[in-house]
Amino acid sequence: MSDTLAPPPTKGLDADGLLAAYTTMRTIRAFEERVHEEFASGDIPGFVHLYAGEEASAAGVCAHLDVRDSIASTHRGHGHCIAKGVDPVAMMAEIYGKLEGSCRGKGGSMHIADLSKGMLGANGIVGGGPPLICGTALAAKLQGTGGIGVAFFGDGASNQGTTLEALNLATVWNLPAVFVAENNGYAETTSSTWSVASDNIADRAAAFGMPGVIVDGFDFFAVYEAAGEAVARAREGGGPTLIEMKFTRYYGHFEGDQQTYRGDEVAQARASLDCLLRFRDQVTSAGQLTAAQLDQVDAEVAALIDEAVAKAKGGTAPTEADLLTDVYISY
Amino acid sequence: MAREISYREAINEAIASEMERDDSVIVMGEDNAGGEGSPGDMDAWGGVLGVTKGLYGKYPGRVLDTPISESAFIGAAIGAATRGMRPVAELMFIDFMGVCFDQIFNQAAKFRYMFGGKATTPVVIRTMYGAGLRAAAQHSQCLYPIFTHIPGLKVVTPATPYDAKGLLIQAIRDDDPVIFCEHKALYDLTGPVPTESYAIPFGEAEVVRDGDDVTVVALGRMVHMATEAAGQLAQAGIECEVVDLRTTSPLDTDTILESVERTGRLVVVDEATPRCNIATDVSAYVAQHAFGSLRAPIEQVTAPHTPVPFSNALEDLYIPDAQRVVNAVKAVSDWKA
Repeated sequence: MSDTLAPPPTKGLDADGLLAAYTTMRTIRAFEERVHEEFASGDIPGFVHLYAGEEASAAGVCAHLDVRDSIASTHRGHGHCIAKGVDPVAMMAEIYGKLEGSCRGKGGSMHIADLSKGMLGANGIVGGGPPLICGTALAAKLQGTGGIGVAFFGDGASNQGTTLEALNLATVWNLPAVFVAENNGYAETTSSTWSVASDNIADRAAAFGMPGVIVDGFDFFAVYEAAGEAVARAREGGGPTLIEMKFTRYYGHFEGDQQTYRGDEVAQARASLDCLLRFRDQVTSAGQLTAAQLDQVDAEVAALIDEAVAKAKGGTAPTEADLLTDVYISY
Repeated sequence: MAREISYREAINEAIASEMERDDSVIVMGEDNAGGEGSPGDMDAWGGVLGVTKGLYGKYPGRVLDTPISESAFIGAAIGAATRGMRPVAELMFIDFMGVCFDQIFNQAAKFRYMFGGKATTPVVIRTMYGAGLRAAAQHSQCLYPIFTHIPGLKVVTPATPYDAKGLLIQAIRDDDPVIFCEHKALYDLTGPVPTESYAIPFGEAEVVRDGDDVTVVALGRMVHMATEAAGQLAQAGIECEVVDLRTTSPLDTDTILESVERTGRLVVVDEATPRCNIATDVSAYVAQHAFGSLRAPIEQVTAPHTPVPFSNALEDLYIPDAQRVVNAVKAVSDWKA
């Protein structure tokens, strides 16, 4: 491509910002690939839904957020958790059902949360998060913190009434909210080209009086730019935005899914669209980071994930004493 | 100082006093002020039965009208509660739980446990329930047993203006999610209510009438049916101990057991339909934990296993009344093995 005259694609991020973004995406990827491997070994109980392939969305949106801000997530929530600052070591312990886990082993993969980080939980109910985010955004607005709420949801949830109601309420109340539809092509096995009646999820924004933006979800910088505009607009009192990320997930709906419903889009995406590969090309060719710096991040992340898995495997199983606690604050 | 005010006024007063005391208390619901976006007056309604009337003017910006969009605004109340607010959301009729139940039972109720004790969700969902207003099948149900079934929720069913104020103040101050059930046929009931603020702890039933012959456990509007029946039965020489549960979750099993162990006879009066309701719950508990004290089978006075009918003639048959309580008490009193 003859884009040598184009400005660097890094959207104003300095070297520290770029390294942080890369670290987030690499941590998510390494975390998910390791969970994929470990799940196959049979040590991880229950269901896990992996976010690999979608890293640019969580990283590009959450790069604009801070402790004032809250996010709601989905059953495919590991990436959102990591991007919002939840400790990957505690997350891994949670996935293994251990007392050292983010939720003391009571939530598991689908319910990892850290309220102190503004992470309102992965969510086992498709469409469960958007109404909650109307509330966190309302709280930020009434408290005057300047904070915002971000609801991540999938193409499946885009058809849930809860999501559509939340979009409407967010505009009616002029809430500082951003709705991020992560359209990875499938709700379980069902194609979003079939289940979403409009051409794009973002097209629905117009019906709720807010801007709708379609973004290449594999491109970190495209995500970062679109999210930056939406977040700034929300913080300034300009109301909500709906952003649709278009990409694909690299693994099945859940681990164990044979994916017989899919074409060859994963191989294509991994080869030519992958967010980490593109990011590496973009920042090294722009001369903003060196391959050695990125390699170092890769090594540090690999060590962190090794540590997380070792600690999770060696963690403490909850006991009968934990069964009845924390149902109520007082009862 | 106590003066006579209505159940409706007592609820309004509880909300107002907590809004005065704590800036994080906000109110939201359909027409809770009324008139939003319309050419006429704001605060036009104060909720469909006028319970929140006047709060809009006293607490600007803290009484929020909502679209008819229960999933969104009940969810928003829950989300706001996780971020330092104490929302009091109005689910107009308890029957409307069907369009927002996920946010209540899968979200609010489970956050504390599912997140390992790290979430605090001090939300109150006020909702009106019960038959008697000819409101038919979708606006008259007693669905508190469904909420009572869910770990993580507290469920409150005040029977008097005094209890409505004190229990609602407790609900708003409480750090767990609370479903506050207001019987629509009680809104105009008046009774003595102190002007000052007071909180009634959850899980403490009240013995509203002492007696040694039969224990009558009731809740909500049925407390009044039970009390009326007890008055008639006293004329016939049967002294009933009437226990008002006040909250179904937590349930004050101690007071129930203490009474049944003394009387040996139990009647439970519950306006809900008869399967898996509060009457079956209390009966099972007593059968398991006070079997040796029972001198007669337990009687349950409930609605029939039908939707709530519309016609006056039918609805009057549907709602448990004092005569049915009298009959049940006589049955347990007269029972011979």
